[in-house]
Amino acid sequence: MSKKQKQTLWRILASAVLLAAAVLLPVEGWLRLCAFLVPYAVIGWDVLWRAARNISHGQVFDENFLMALATLGAFCIGEYPEAVFVMLFYQVGELFQSYAVGKSRQSITALMDIRPDYANIERGGELVQVDPDEVSVGDTIVIKAGERVPLDGVVLEGKSTLDTAALTGESLPREAEPGDDVISGCVNLSGLLKVRVTKAFEESTVAKILDLVENSSSKKARAENFITKFARYYTPVVVIAAVLLAVVPPLLGLMHWTESLNRALIFLVISCPCALVISVPLSFFGGIGGASRAGILVKGGNYLEVLADTEIVVFDKTGTLTKGVFNVTAIHPGECSEERLLELAALAESYSDHPISRSLREAYGREIDAGRVTDVEEIAGHGVRAEVDGIPVAVGNDKLMERVGVEWHPCHRVGTTVHVASEGRYLGHIVISDEVKEDAVQAISALKAMGVRKTVMLTGDTRAVGEDVAARLGLDEVHTQLLPAGKVERVEALLKEKTGRGKLAFVGDGINDAPVLSRADLGIAMGGLGSDAAIEAADIVLMDDKPSKIAAAIRISKQTLRIVRQNIVFALGVKLLVLALGALGMANMWEAVFADVGVSVIAILNAMRALRAGDR
Amino acid sequence: MKKKFKLVDLDCANCAAKMEGAIKKIDGVNDATVSFLTQKLTLDAEDARFEAVLDEVVRVCKKVEPDCQIVR
Repeated sequence: MSKKQKQTLWRILASAVLLAAAVLLPVEGWLRLCAFLVPYAVIGWDVLWRAARNISHGQVFDENFLMALATLGAFCIGEYPEAVFVMLFYQVGELFQSYAVGKSRQSITALMDIRPDYANIERGGELVQVDPDEVSVGDTIVIKAGERVPLDGVVLEGKSTLDTAALTGESLPREAEPGDDVISGCVNLSGLLKVRVTKAFEESTVAKILDLVENSSSKKARAENFITKFARYYTPVVVIAAVLLAVVPPLLGLMHWTESLNRALIFLVISCPCALVISVPLSFFGGIGGASRAGILVKGGNYLEVLADTEIVVFDKTGTLTKGVFNVTAIHPGECSEERLLELAALAESYSDHPISRSLREAYGREIDAGRVTDVEEIAGHGVRAEVDGIPVAVGNDKLMERVGVEWHPCHRVGTTVHVASEGRYLGHIVISDEVKEDAVQAISALKAMGVRKTVMLTGDTRAVGEDVAARLGLDEVHTQLLPAGKVERVEALLKEKTGRGKLAFVGDGINDAPVLSRADLGIAMGGLGSDAAIEAADIVLMDDKPSKIAAAIRISKQTLRIVRQNIVFALGVKLLVLALGALGMANMWEAVFADVGVSVIAILNAMRALRAGDR
Repeated sequence: MKKKFKLVDLDCANCAAKMEGAIKKIDGVNDATVSFLTQKLTLDAEDARFEAVLDEVVRVCKKVEPDCQIVR
C-alpha cells in the first residue's frame, strides 16, 4: 500500500468511529447536523475539494462532483447518516479499486521481470559490473552461473545450459557452446560463459520484448474502443436522466421533490462508467501478459480479439511446420556400401556451396580431403562431375543421369534425390529432405480441437513433398509449387471463404512472407529466438518456433475475451438494474454506491484472472 | 519526434482517456497515447516545436487531472 493509500485507510477508520459516535449521540437539530458533519468532513473533504477545483477548470461532471452533489443533497433532505455512510462507502471502494489496480500493475510487471540489471565486463584483468546500456557491440562480457544473460551475443568460451523460460515459457534448457548465439533474458544455468556482444542493449531481444509488451496496451481492441466511446455518452445521458427525474415528477405532481431528488441522486452516483473503463483494458493487458509468460508475444489487444475468431489457419511450410533444414534422410546404395556411396557423393560435391552438398558433407561427418577430388565440373541444374581418387563420379539429379547415360530409378521416399553414378554404372541414390517439427502434428490436431475450420499449407516446394507433409500432419488443404505472388493469390482466395466473423491467420517465418503476413487478418511469425524480421512484420510472435503454441494462443484469447464480456455484462447489468430500481424508488444510496464502486472492484478482480489464462 | 513520459498519480481511467483526447487536439501534436495501465504518455509531435508543444500538453493535463504529473 502506498503512503496515500495508508492515509486514506486511517481516515476511513477515523470517520467510521466518528460516524458511530454521531449516530449514538442523543442530540437534535443543529447539533445533530454538526455531529454528522465531522465524520463527513474527515472522509469527504478531498472529494469536495477536487469537485470544486475541477469545476473551476471546466471539468464539471466527474466522480467527485457527483459524489459531492449526492451526499450534500442527502444532507439537504435530512438524511445525515446516509450521507456520511455513502461517502464512507465510496472512499472504501475507491481505496479497494486503487489497491487492485496497483496490484495488477505489479503482477504484470513481475511477469515481465526479464530485464537484466547488470553485465560483467573484463576491465584491466578484473571483472567489473556495469549497466547493460554501457556495453558496446564487440565487447566481451562474462556470464556466471545463475546470472541472467544481459545482452545478445555469441559464445566465445565456455559450455553451459540456458533457461529460456522467461522468453519462451519452455522449461527445457538449451545448450550453449562456443559459436552458439545466446539471447538476452535467458538465465545461465550451469557454467561460466564468455560472450562477445553482437547487439547494443536497446536493440537486444529482451529490450525489444519489453518494449513490445509495454506498447501493446496502445493498440486498442475493438472492445476497448467501444467502451471509451460508450463512456463518453453514458455519463451525460444518465446525468440528464437524473435531472429529468428530479424535476419532472414533482412538477407533474406525481411525487414530493425530496423523493424525486433522492432518486435523482442515485442516478448521479451510478453515472460513472469507471468499472468498465478500467476493467476492460486491464483484462486485455492481463491476457497479453499471460500470453507472454507462455512465450507468445501479442502486439496489441486488438490482435487478441482477432485470434479468438480464427477460422482458417494458413501455414508456410519451410521453417514453420518443418525445421527448415536439409538433412540426409535415406541412403540407398545399389552395389556398394552406404558409407561408400555417401563418401563419393560428399567428396564430389565438396567444392560446391549448394545446400545439398552441405548436407552431404554433414552426413559424411569426416574431414574432406580436397586433394582426393580433381577435375570438378559443376553443371547448373544438373549436378557435379568430378574425379574422386581418380575415379570419375557423377552426382546429381535425374537429368545428370540421363546425360551420362546411366539408368537410374527413383526413390519411393519423398524429398530431393541425389543420384550417384560412376564409370557408366548407377551406384544408388541419397535422399535429402526437410524434417517436420516434432510438435507439428499435435499443433494441427490441437487447432482443430479449438474449432479452427480449415488448416491450409502453402509452399513453394514440389508437389510430392508438399502433399506428403500435408498428409502426415493432417492438413485440410495444401497448395504447392507456389511463387510468392502465388501465395498471396491463394490467401486472397481463402479470405473470400471466411464465414461470419471468422478470421484468417497466416503463420510463417517472416523473412520472405511479409506480403502474405500483412494481407492476412492476423500474422503469426516464428520468433526463432531472435529473428528480427519476423518480430517486426508480424502481429503475434511465437518465441520458441513451436506451432503448437498457436492453439494455446487461441485459448488465451478466448479466455480473455470471455472475461471482458463477463465484465461488460456484469457492470452494465448491475448499473442498469439499480438505475431501474432507483427510478422506481426501490433502491437507496447503498445500492447506488455498490453499483458504482463495488462493481468496479469486482470487475478489476475478474480482469486479473486474465493473467492466468495461459496456465493449463 | 516520438517520446515517452512517465506519469505519476494517474488514478482515474476516465481521466486518462480525457487527457488523451485533449492532447490529441493540441496544435503540433501528430499522435498521443495515454496508457492508464502502464502509466505512460507517448507523444508524437513536430520536432521543431517539441518543447513548446510539451508545455501545452502539461497545461492541458493539469486541467483534466491536476494531481497527475508528467515526468519530463
